[in-house]
Amino acid sequence: MSQETILQLSTVILLLPLLGFILLIFFNKRLPRQGDWLGTGILFLCLLLSVIVLAGKLGSHHDEVLQFKFTWVDWGNVPGIGPLKLELGIMVDNLVAIMLVVVTIVSSLVHLFSIGYMHGDVRYGRYFAYLGVFTFSMLGIVVTNNFFMMYVSWELVGLSSYLLIGHWFEKKSASDAANKAFIVNRIGDIGMFTGIMILFANFQTFTFDDIFAAIQSGTIPFGSEPWLTAAGILIFAGAVGKSAQFPLHVWLPDAMEGPTPVSALIHAATMVAAGVYLIARTFTMMTADALIVITYIGAITAFIAATIAIAQNDIKKVLAYSTVSQLGYMVMGLGVGAFTAGFFHLTTHAMFKAGLFLASGSVIHAMHHALHHAGDHHTDPQDIRFMGGLRSKMPITFWTFLIFTLAISGVPFTSGFLSKDEILAGTLAFSSLNGHAIIPIIGFFVAGLTAFYMFRIVILTFLGEHKDAHRIQEIHESPFTMTVPLMVFAALSFFAFYSFDPFGASSGWFYAAVPRPESVVPGTVAAPGVAAFEEALHHSHSLAMILSLTVAGIGILAAFGTYYWKKISADAVADRLKPLHTFLMNKWYFDELYEATAVNGTKGLARAYAWFDDRVIDGIVNGVGSWTRALTLGTSRNWEEGSLGAVFYKAISAGLSIYIGWLVTSALMSPEPAFGEMLWNGILGLATAGLTFFLFFVGVGGFDNKIVDGLVNAVAYLAGFFGLISRRLQTGKVQTYLVFVIFGVMVFFLWFR
Amino acid sequence: MELLGIGILTWITFLPIIGMVAVLIVPKENQSAVKWLPLAITGVQVVLAAMIFFNFDKGMTGINTLEGMQFVEKATWIDIKGVPWFGRIVVEYFMGIDGLSVSMVLLTALICFIAVIASWNIDKSLKGYMAMLLLLDTGMMGVFVALDFFLFYVFWEVMLLPMYFLIGVWGGPRREYAAIKFFLYTLLGSVLILLAIIALYFSVTVLDPSTGEKMYTFNMLAMMDPANFEPGSLLAGVGTQWRYIAYIALFIGFAIKVPIFPFHTWLPDAHVEAPTAISVILAGVLLKMGTYGILRISFPIFPDAANYFVVPLAILALINIVYGALCAMAQKDLKKLIAYSSVSHMGVVLLGMAAMNTQGMVGAVFQMFNHGTITAMLFLIVGVLYDRAHTREIDAFGGLAITMPKYTGIMTVAFFAALGLPGLSGFISEAFSFLGAFQTHRVITILSTSGIVLTAAYMLWALQRIFLGQPNEKWAGLPDINGRELSALVPLAVIVIVLGVYPGLMIDVLTSSLNHLVEVVKTGAPMALVP
Repeated sequence: MSQETILQLSTVILLLPLLGFILLIFFNKRLPRQGDWLGTGILFLCLLLSVIVLAGKLGSHHDEVLQFKFTWVDWGNVPGIGPLKLELGIMVDNLVAIMLVVVTIVSSLVHLFSIGYMHGDVRYGRYFAYLGVFTFSMLGIVVTNNFFMMYVSWELVGLSSYLLIGHWFEKKSASDAANKAFIVNRIGDIGMFTGIMILFANFQTFTFDDIFAAIQSGTIPFGSEPWLTAAGILIFAGAVGKSAQFPLHVWLPDAMEGPTPVSALIHAATMVAAGVYLIARTFTMMTADALIVITYIGAITAFIAATIAIAQNDIKKVLAYSTVSQLGYMVMGLGVGAFTAGFFHLTTHAMFKAGLFLASGSVIHAMHHALHHAGDHHTDPQDIRFMGGLRSKMPITFWTFLIFTLAISGVPFTSGFLSKDEILAGTLAFSSLNGHAIIPIIGFFVAGLTAFYMFRIVILTFLGEHKDAHRIQEIHESPFTMTVPLMVFAALSFFAFYSFDPFGASSGWFYAAVPRPESVVPGTVAAPGVAAFEEALHHSHSLAMILSLTVAGIGILAAFGTYYWKKISADAVADRLKPLHTFLMNKWYFDELYEATAVNGTKGLARAYAWFDDRVIDGIVNGVGSWTRALTLGTSRNWEEGSLGAVFYKAISAGLSIYIGWLVTSALMSPEPAFGEMLWNGILGLATAGLTFFLFFVGVGGFDNKIVDGLVNAVAYLAGFFGLISRRLQTGKVQTYLVFVIFGVMVFFLWFR
Repeated sequence: MELLGIGILTWITFLPIIGMVAVLIVPKENQSAVKWLPLAITGVQVVLAAMIFFNFDKGMTGINTLEGMQFVEKATWIDIKGVPWFGRIVVEYFMGIDGLSVSMVLLTALICFIAVIASWNIDKSLKGYMAMLLLLDTGMMGVFVALDFFLFYVFWEVMLLPMYFLIGVWGGPRREYAAIKFFLYTLLGSVLILLAIIALYFSVTVLDPSTGEKMYTFNMLAMMDPANFEPGSLLAGVGTQWRYIAYIALFIGFAIKVPIFPFHTWLPDAHVEAPTAISVILAGVLLKMGTYGILRISFPIFPDAANYFVVPLAILALINIVYGALCAMAQKDLKKLIAYSSVSHMGVVLLGMAAMNTQGMVGAVFQMFNHGTITAMLFLIVGVLYDRAHTREIDAFGGLAITMPKYTGIMTVAFFAALGLPGLSGFISEAFSFLGAFQTHRVITILSTSGIVLTAAYMLWALQRIFLGQPNEKWAGLPDINGRELSALVPLAVIVIVLGVYPGLMIDVLTSSLNHLVEVVKTGAPMALVP
């Protein structure tokens, strides 16, 4: 397959979902079945094309980077720089080709699943339109060859996420969650944008390869290594937002307000993985310091989220925190230098986590149906405490859910085992190279927790007895449109798709396709290179495997011991560790903390500024107006009796008058005045002060009225006459006024001629 | 380019005056003529603007050279000899456009056309209203095409009076207060501009081409050439105290129009009281006159002062962005919220200008155009709601997405355009302004990016309170947006989307002139204090 064909196909894959969106958003009501077939069909076509692209790329251009650029904005001949263009374009390397398939697989299967799950929804057609725009934006992130389009697509997935989380916007919680997702993401985005600004200011381009080539040739931002590190960390801030890393992870659990297939597509498999993809894309420009920040953020996220997940009872919330935790894993994996493993985990996780969400959707769908049938509107269909025993009623859902759980827990022969094991080996290698021992400890601990909380869900949902004997009668397996995607994802959770060796991914095609790139940053600030890392990795491999199998085994056993055999009472443990349990159940109080600080702080600041604007700034403006009026009209006609403004005005004008009087007196006084002179000058000063104050008090206009008018009556008539005219003018008789204007314009033309 | 022997710029500027006279002649009873005439006139104006836009030579630079200006019309307007004190006074009828003004001409024509559509439902003395609107149109168009400072000032003042009446007569409950405030505030600015004009007039001389005698001039292009400053005159030299003072006077005059903090408080009042179409014009075109004035006049005439005060300018931009956004967040009245969002968005224009480089300037001028279209949409949207519900209280609504789906759709485009969503035009100009500014003012730009988050927050929060949630019983019967309202909004939405996807359409006409402007500002300032 030629390079052009691959690039053209990739462009088609990118644009097809956009076409679907445009058609569906305008015509969904007029299409049969509200156009669900159109959106789904387009996505399956995209999937087909993506597989062709992947095969063509790996087959005939294995080690090449295919690129296509075009000028989007031309700034012309810029002073100080010369000709400057903003070039956009797409690129296809192995990373892109794999991501294309991952995104289109998940998206097409979610489309299919949604046909069953969203059946009869109020905004069914619009839902499919939004899925289309999401897929377009996500593919935009994947195929772009520059930071600008990356940022554009980055924000657009944010928009689609906003629209889909708020799909059921009648619920306040849904629209709140949508807002939260968008705004929290934007906080990360401005970090990313700042990083892009640093790069653009120095390299005058957005294209990845141009920037990396410039860094490699020794040009670094503002000639300083800390700026290079800062640029890396700021770009990573975008990933912190989108991939829900600590401290911006708070939006993802709330995002579960959206329909469950959306959670599977956007908030588990693809969009949240975009951050990981971004790190992979920019991995080569990350300095050692930046990578350490990335590692720690990932590890902290993995740890916090896993601890929260064990204390949640909502099936989707557990999966959401599990997603956050696994994303932390990937980020940590990339940070420690296990580049391929991190990206590999993204791929495998996309499959089994999308599967987990869809399977939970299947469960919720069934529970919802049963509850609806029983007329029960109080029981939460997502609460695992009301489930149990669903295995016999929903066999396909159960078995696929079990396979996904085995995969996420890292049990051998699953894809998850392969990828997780490699990340854990990477953390061991990392700590052996630079002594950060806490990283592998967190890694293995979280692996054990993951196995525990995932089996907790399996046991509470599918095993044992159902909590309500009547309800279980009404639980049915979901329709084919929903179970087929589950089975496909379950199949994709086996090791064989990625490597034929069930205990080592490194011999498979995936590792060959996506090798870790060499760093382009100056050697002094670079992390240990590929060779050193591989060496360390080699030594830690068997240890990692033994440890990871052990912790997974312990986690699974503990889950069975607690929830199936009931050897350990979960309630007793929770009681004994009451404060800890409450702390975890309340998600470490992150929401409360942010509400109290950032949210209320901003709102308070907004109110304070609005008050300042209204009272102080506008107060000064109005004050100037008011005092000017007072000067002309006098206090009594400007203020009402006893108004504070009048008191201030009088006080200040009294002070000013006395000062003027004193000035007059002291100016008149000779060096050694006689008593008579003193008296006389004093009286003169007092008189001046009095007159001035009187002027202030009655105003210049008032002075005019009372004194001058009394002397010259004619003036008063004249003033009255003008007053009459001006009053006439202000009654809104526009024509009168226009006559003047037309007259003016005529004069204007006469002059011109 | 001439039509019937008269230059196209004269046509596009004075066509509304013809329309105004026609509207005044039409008897009051003939309502449909009073509606259709202005629409036809402004429609023709849009066609003229499009002709200018498509015949515009993108390669020509303009700014300070007569040769670089396009569609030039130059004739002596006033020539009086022997005026005591002044000597010979020569005022030219000098019009021309370059890349800086062409987008503004297009914007003015477009916004006025849309404003006429949006004004069709005015019931109070429609005839007078339309006449005023057309006069306002001439004033605004004139400001953007005038190259003689005196002519510029005439148009600048001509625009002021109809605006005063449009707010003061057809406005809301506090219209008189708002109109007076607008008038006095702007007049204060005008006085400062006038002082600067007089100072410049007595400093710049050119040779009369026919007689060869030295004479003072109002020609802006002549003022941009340092060689024309009479040695020993007030504003001669580079970086002198009086040049800084004149720059500040001009700046405050323009700043009031923009409006720049702390001269912005007339804006929320004027917007809240003005009728919908007038808010559209006010935000869509009038505010741009301030930033246009700075770019057209202050920067090239006083490059030394422009560079000297570039950091304060960037700080004012930061204040506008963040302060405007925070004030917007606290508003309860939707129209006031959008008024403050204008303050914030005009801050982005200032930031791009303060960049003093092409990327930033392109961002700034493009943002002027985009803010014009986007904010026009926002005010039209508020008008649609107010016409139906007779309230603009954000918290009074809820769930309108269900009762008014079409309205919600178009509103979503406008709101997301305002919060800078990629794919819509506002994003490109904001991004370019920031990208440019970062190269000159790192810290200020980074602080300004917080405005991006704040804007998203208040926009989405308002959107949620009005459109999402359970439908409010009280508004169950509200009819969805009608054809007339859609016909005003849809063209703007199309422009916002097209320019968001393919900004080159507009940016290509800007770059030659703005590159040249940057060069003029940079090289014209040997004592520049750019940090």
